[in-house]
Parts: sequence; structure tokens; C-alpha cells
Amino acid sequence: MFERTEDQQAVVEMVRDFAATALAPHAAEWDETKHFPVDVLAEAGTLGMGGIYVGETYGGSGLSRTDAVLIFEELAKADPSIAAYISIHNMVAWMVDAFGNETQRAAWLPGLTSMTELGSYCLTEPGAGSDAAALATRAVRDGDEYVINGTKQFISGAGTSTWYVVMARTAETGSHGITAIVVPDGTPGLSFGAEEKKMGWRAQPTRQVVFEDVRVPVSNRLGEEGDGFMIAMKGLNGGRINIGACSLGGAQTAFEKSVAYLKERHAFGAALVKQQHLLFELADMDTELETARTLLMRAADALEHGAPDTVKLCAMAKRVATDTGFRVANQALQLHGGYGYLSEYGLEKIVRDLRVHQILEGSNEIMRLIVGRLALED
Amino acid sequence: MKIVVLIKQVPDTYEERTLDLTTGWLNRDAGDNIVDEINERALEVALQQKDKDKSTEVVVLAMGPDGAAKAIRKALSMGADSGIHVKDDSLAGSDAIRTAAVLAAALKDVGADIILAGNESTDGRGGVVPAMVAEFLSLPLLGALSVAEFSAGTVSGERRSEEGTLRVSSALPAVVTVTENIAEARFPNFKGILTAKRKPVSTVSVGELEVASTPARSMVVSTSERPVRAAGTKVVDEGTAGTQLAAYLIENRLV
Ligand SMILES: Cc1cc2nc3c(=O)[nH]c(=O)nc-3n(C[C@H](O)[C@H](O)[C@H](O)COP(=O)(O)OP(=O)(O)OC[C@H]3O[C@@H](n4cnc5c(N)ncnc54)[C@H](O)[C@@H]3O)c2cc1C
Repeated sequence: MFERTEDQQAVVEMVRDFAATALAPHAAEWDETKHFPVDVLAEAGTLGMGGIYVGETYGGSGLSRTDAVLIFEELAKADPSIAAYISIHNMVAWMVDAFGNETQRAAWLPGLTSMTELGSYCLTEPGAGSDAAALATRAVRDGDEYVINGTKQFISGAGTSTWYVVMARTAETGSHGITAIVVPDGTPGLSFGAEEKKMGWRAQPTRQVVFEDVRVPVSNRLGEEGDGFMIAMKGLNGGRINIGACSLGGAQTAFEKSVAYLKERHAFGAALVKQQHLLFELADMDTELETARTLLMRAADALEHGAPDTVKLCAMAKRVATDTGFRVANQALQLHGGYGYLSEYGLEKIVRDLRVHQILEGSNEIMRLIVGRLALED
Repeated sequence: MKIVVLIKQVPDTYEERTLDLTTGWLNRDAGDNIVDEINERALEVALQQKDKDKSTEVVVLAMGPDGAAKAIRKALSMGADSGIHVKDDSLAGSDAIRTAAVLAAALKDVGADIILAGNESTDGRGGVVPAMVAEFLSLPLLGALSVAEFSAGTVSGERRSEEGTLRVSSALPAVVTVTENIAEARFPNFKGILTAKRKPVSTVSVGELEVASTPARSMVVSTSERPVRAAGTKVVDEGTAGTQLAAYLIENRLV
């Protein structure tokens, strides 16, 4: 599990080359101009990044969850914002692959896996975030169609995506009354809010998605009525691991920049690495990253093999990796002194990008809630 | 159409490259060894032809130690169909003529319509092996092309020089080399990486080839390390810095 196979080495090498040439040189500019590089995403799609752990029948790459961790970490070393969007897109593609029927997979997966068509995951609402099971967007059956009304909040990729996987209420039975429905872009009644102004993740759009009597065929439903919450949570298990990997990638870059900087920067008559306090700080950052990486790989391995403690491990790993990632990135900024605060040095962007990983895909408080509840069950 | 691309594993140019001062050979263990970038571009030219015409067969040929298998694997992951690895301890330290003779012998029965290579490797930079291969095989050579086009029975392209652009063409079979101005190499995709190890690679030793065991004709007489960089000239401006700077540039023929 910890030693990389030859294939994994080759995969990582390719993703690193791709990220270094196609993402890294542009990351600062995309952040500044709030540019969402759909052309580069399509290029990533040709390399197999649109359906990393989607089966090969409809264009997926058929890789494992541990492979995905390695891939997202490499992408995020160059740009956490783009890496994280690719992670959300993969979650959507996987949900279609895992819960869609043959017709749906044949229709939707080729575009998703090649990333010529992007996907959005629509769970959160203005009045229901952490308590997602309380969502109020409604889908009412009318003959062979669902009529959807409601508003989704904070939707990544909204306005650009071709496919929206929407969790909507079809019955008043709490989490069991939620259904997953795929809504294509361009459906009458579907509209988007203004692009949110954000602290980080500026290279990808976040918008409200508004449904006003949006009609889609019943055949756009993933799974059965009432399966929606289960499908959404299953998707999030992988999403949590991937977002954790994105935190590690960003933080790894920040750490490496710090090592280089402290070797070079002189004060009090010597390079700053000669200050034992700073050396210990670097040692802690490195150790914490490795600790988080180890737990993340363990969780990914559990998810891959359907281990009974998957949910718990994914929640633990998400919290540890995203908290560690932010702490390390923030500390790296501190170690750069005033230069860390300047955009030019690339640290402040990483800090801004990684901050939100502690909030979304289930906030880190919710991760504790999951782990704590499971601890009480045992 | 069958295209054979010659590939060579070289030390990554991003790292410090060193010579072994006792043998005079390149220190291959010092850093990462990768497929020479110029060979990847040659391979890209072949793969673009394959994209246009699916019946095109792309074979990669490498002469080198065990590690060269990794370079072949990379080429297969990018889309080549099969590989030939000429591997023999007796080949260590081969000079250009010996290398070309062995490559030519390995190419003899392959039936290539086009033999594609980079114009020069980033390590040795001799830039002669492809021409020697052409000579050994009595094939025409179209060297240093920045544009290459293939059609039934012919290859044509452009060679740029300071004086102008030459349009050249030849009947097939032919040896073609390309410069770094040609196509940017593609990344292998995940599927390519995973299927690469299922593609056939034949390993050939010198004994299996019809090639005389001539010893290397060129020898390394001596090697020395690059001198340590001396401190530069510092011009302190006391009112005449401009003149001093200009004088320095003129003296060193930099303007
Ligand atoms: C940039 C960005 C992109 C996003 N992308 C998407 C997307 O693509 N799709 C999507 O569906 N959602 C998306 N989200 C939404 C995200 O998942 C939610 O913001 C998150 O789940 C938190 O919900 P909330 O904002 O409503 O906070 P709330 O649920 O209101 O929580 C407020 C605070 O209270 C804490 N809290 C809440 N309940 C408890 C509890 N029981 N115990 C302890 N603490 C608690 C929370 O942790 C948080 O700190 C995105 C958000 C952002 C900022």
C-alpha cells in the first residue's frame, strides 16, 4: 500500500509533468483574473482525469482510490483550486457510473470522462448546509417528468457545467425522502446566481443554482426515489479523500518553498535554517504532512476495498489532511516573513485556497460528529 | 506504413550532469534518466501520423542498458505499438560508429518505411548517429527537419537555416531526423500507461545481430571538469561606468 507500483510511478510522473506545464505557470493569473480554464480541463480529460476511478466502458480510467490520492496531490501542488474542481467533477462522474443504469451511463459518461462536459454536485442549500438532510428543493412527479423547484447554494462549476446532479426532496421522510436527479444545462427554468466573490478557489466559479418549474424526464433519476441522500453521501466518501489530497498537495508545495527559502535567507549572521526553532518547525511540517498522507492512503484503501470502517476513516482522514494542509500552508507563509504576505511568492494563494477545504465536503466539525457518533455506537 | 523511432535514454537536463573522470563516460547513475526530449518529439511526429492513419505501425528502438527499458515503456505509454531493446554489456561505451552499426543491424529486418530520430541527443550532442545509420543501410537521409509530412511512398519537409528554408523530399524508405522546432510531445494518458506493459518488447543481444564486433574507433583521451566559475567583473560607478561597460562589451565581442 505504501510502496508505489511501477504504474503508479508512471502515473504520478505524467500528472506532475502535466501540472507543471499546463497548470503551474498560469495558476497565479487564473486566480487574479478569476479565469476557469475549461480548455485545460478538456486537456486533462484526454489524459484520463475526468473519470479517474470510473470504469473503462464509457471512457473512465479504471484506476483505484489510492491512485486518485496520488493524482490529486500532484495536481494540487501546481494549483489547489483546479485540482479541487477536478475532484468534484470526478465525484459526479463516479456517481453516474456507480448508480446510473446502462442507458444513463452510455449517455452521460463519455462527455464527463473526457471533460468536454463538466459536472456539478448540488446538495447544499441556503437553508441547509451541514444538515443536508433538511434540504427543501422539491421534485414533484408529473407523469413521466419531475418538476423541480428550489435553490442550491455554493455550487462549484455552476454556470459552466453541462450536468447538474441535484439532490431534491420527493417525500417528507427526512434523509429517506431525497432523490438524485440529473439536470442538463439549458433546461428551461434552470438559472444561476452571480459568481460569488471568494477568499480562495478563484480559478473556479461558485454560484447559486435556481430551479423554477424545471422539468426533466423521470429517466434522469439516479437509482430509486429515496436513494438520493445515500448516493450523495457515498460520493462524498471519495470526495473527502480527494479534497484531503488537494490540501496535502498545496501544503507540500508551501513546505518545499519554505525549505528553499530558509536555506537562502540570511539573518543574524547565518542562513535561517541554522535557527533550531525554524528547523524544528520544518521538521514538524514534514512530519505532519506525512502523518496525514498515511491516514489518507489508509482511508483510500478502505474505500477501494469496501472496508466496514470506510465512512469513519474517510471522515478522519478528511479532517486531519485539511487541517494539516491549512496549518502547514499558513506556517509556510509565516516562515517567509513579509514576503509570504505578497502574492508574488505564491504562499498566500495556497493559504486562501486550502482554507475552504476545512469547510466543504462536510465541515471538519461534521467530520468530528461522524467519528464521534460512530465511536459511541461501538 | 511502418515507422521506427530511435530513442535514447539520457540524464535529465534539469539536473547536474557529470562525467566519470576515470572512464570518460557519462555518469548515468547521477540523476534521473529520461527519454531524450528530442526523441519524444520524433515519436510525436510518428504518433500524429498514426492518428491520421490508424494502419500506421510505430515501433521504438533503443540501444542501452537495463534502464533503457523504462524509456521504451514511456514511448509505449505515449502510443507506440512495440519496442526493440538492444541490450548487451559489451556495448557499454560504444562510440557513434559502433552505435550506428548496431542500430542499423537491428533495423535490417524490421522493414521500416521511415526511421525517425532526433537530430542530436541532449547528452552526447554528436548529431551523427542517424546519418551513419542511413549510410549503413544505404538509405537517404532527410536531416534536421522542422516540418515533416508523409504520404504514400514519400516523405517531405522543411529544414530551416540562417540563410533560408529548404524544402526537401525523398522516396521511402528513408531516415528522417527532426529538430526541437517540430511538434511538442504529448503526455501519455492513464490508459496508455496501464496498457504499455502489455505491449510487446523484444530484447536483442549483439550476438543475435549481424554486426562485426569492431572495437570503438573514437576514444576519450582525457576529460576534465568544467572550471569553477570565476567571480565576474564588477564595475563601480564613479561617473565612467557607462564607458567601462561599453568597452567591456566591445572587448569581448558581445555587441
Ligand atoms: C467555495 C465553496 C464551494 C462549495 N461547493 C459546493 C458544491 O459544489 N456542492 C455543494 O453541494 N456544496 C458546496 N459547498 C457548500 C459546503 O459544502 C457548505 O458550505 C458546508 O457543508 C457547510 O454548510 P454551511 O455553509 O451551510 O454552514 P452551516 O451548516 O450553517 O455551519 C456553520 C458552522 O457551524 C458548524 N456546525 C453546523 N452543524 C454543526 C453540528 N451539528 N455540530 C458542530 N458544528 C456544526 C459548521 O461546521 C460551521 O462551522 C461549497 C462551499 C464553498 C464555500
